Amino acid sequence: MEHVELFFKSIFIDNMVFATFLGMCSYLAVSKKVSTAVGLGAAVIFVLAITVPLNWLLDQYILQEGALKWLGPEYASYDLSFLSFIMFIATIATMVQLVEIIVEKFSPSLYNSLGIFLPLIAVNCAILGGSLFMQSREIASLGLALNYGVSSGIGWFLAILAIAAIREKIRYSNVPAPLRGLGITFIITGLMAIGFMSFGGMLTGGDEEAKDTTETVLVKDIEEAVTSTGVEQSSEEIKELANNTKTIIEE
Amino acid sequence: MGLLSKKDTNLILDPLADNNPITIQVLGICSALAITAELEASIVMSISVLFVLGVGNVVISLLRNIIPSKIRIIVQLVVVAALVIIVDLVLKAFAYELSKTLSVFVGLIITNCIIMGRFEAFALGNNPWRSFLDGIGNALGYAAILIIVGFFRELLGSGTLLGIPVLGDPIEKTGLYSIGYENNGFMLLSPMALIVVGIIIWIQRSRNKALIEDH
Repeated sequence: MEHVELFFKSIFIDNMVFATFLGMCSYLAVSKKVSTAVGLGAAVIFVLAITVPLNWLLDQYILQEGALKWLGPEYASYDLSFLSFIMFIATIATMVQLVEIIVEKFSPSLYNSLGIFLPLIAVNCAILGGSLFMQSREIASLGLALNYGVSSGIGWFLAILAIAAIREKIRYSNVPAPLRGLGITFIITGLMAIGFMSFGGMLTGGDEEAKDTTETVLVKDIEEAVTSTGVEQSSEEIKELANNTKTIIEE
Repeated sequence: MGLLSKKDTNLILDPLADNNPITIQVLGICSALAITAELEASIVMSISVLFVLGVGNVVISLLRNIIPSKIRIIVQLVVVAALVIIVDLVLKAFAYELSKTLSVFVGLIITNCIIMGRFEAFALGNNPWRSFLDGIGNALGYAAILIIVGFFRELLGSGTLLGIPVLGDPIEKTGLYSIGYENNGFMLLSPMALIVVGIIIWIQRSRNKALIEDH
């Protein structure tokens, strides 16, 4: 269940482009045609799926505080997390280079269609951002890290696909001259981000029941507290006191 | 400016308007949008990028004749990563609350396209002094956009500037709030940053017709 929740959360609620603006440079530069957008999006999913779990292993067994205890008990207090940036980016650059070599060898047609994008992905902030968010949100297991990598990639892919499709269509619209190209893309992306905010309520079902129980418990607590002091008050006054406290806390 | 020749002063001034890294070169957008809900965060991020870009440009320029072409991306990444680690540790030591607000975006300065972009476009082919000026100029251009966006988002979104209420007190209903003005909370959310930058681009290109694109 955790996996399904993380999957949908990373695609819609924590969408890399619309919620945290990662990978915007290549997003804006590459989104003029749907075909190139699809190529870049697929490459991003692929690279994220490889680098996020790899960086999770790195973080878990080398970088975190106390992670080195498998080497020996005297290493248990080492905290190498200040090296995270350099280790993550080194892993990403290496993996991208490796993927490029493998793709060139085994599927030259795919290599040709990806073109310049594959080496460019190493410096795409979405890739490093994926690893850094994985670290700061303390993703708990390797399976979840893989899940997070793939689903954030899919979220990015959806975003660039949508904006490329829209940009192809508005070529025939009367956009004011100063807004043409970059300006209108920013504004459209902003509107799409507002649209994606509507997904924010997707995974919060069940919170309302918890709220009701705390209210009734609060009212009963206040009544018990007042009557236990021995002061005689009519029950109406007690109820009014409880209700006032409730409204103050709700505000 | 007796110290700098005309060409050198242009290196600093061009990126502030006509060659702005964010609105014209389309670089460094990620962090420009995500952390500008508060003016203070924008200022600190601008100073961080100024440091990394200035020092980084000088280092890469000093090394430009020694770096083999095949591994230059990796060398650039290592230099930037080292500088960003320094910035991150300094922030955590002296401005802990702010480093929590900036969270992963300090780390993302590493992949900030402005830095890699200027390394490739300028530092690898010019001497250290000019590279330093180019770095400062681009960082100032970046800072200008960040501060403008941060200014409007914080002012209209929470009625404060750098944490100081300037429009009156929203709870006591003094100042502007007494005539019914309400904070536009939406400005604090991420989509508005995109729209504010879109408007800045609109204004910039209306004033300089040469920057308008064909479609």
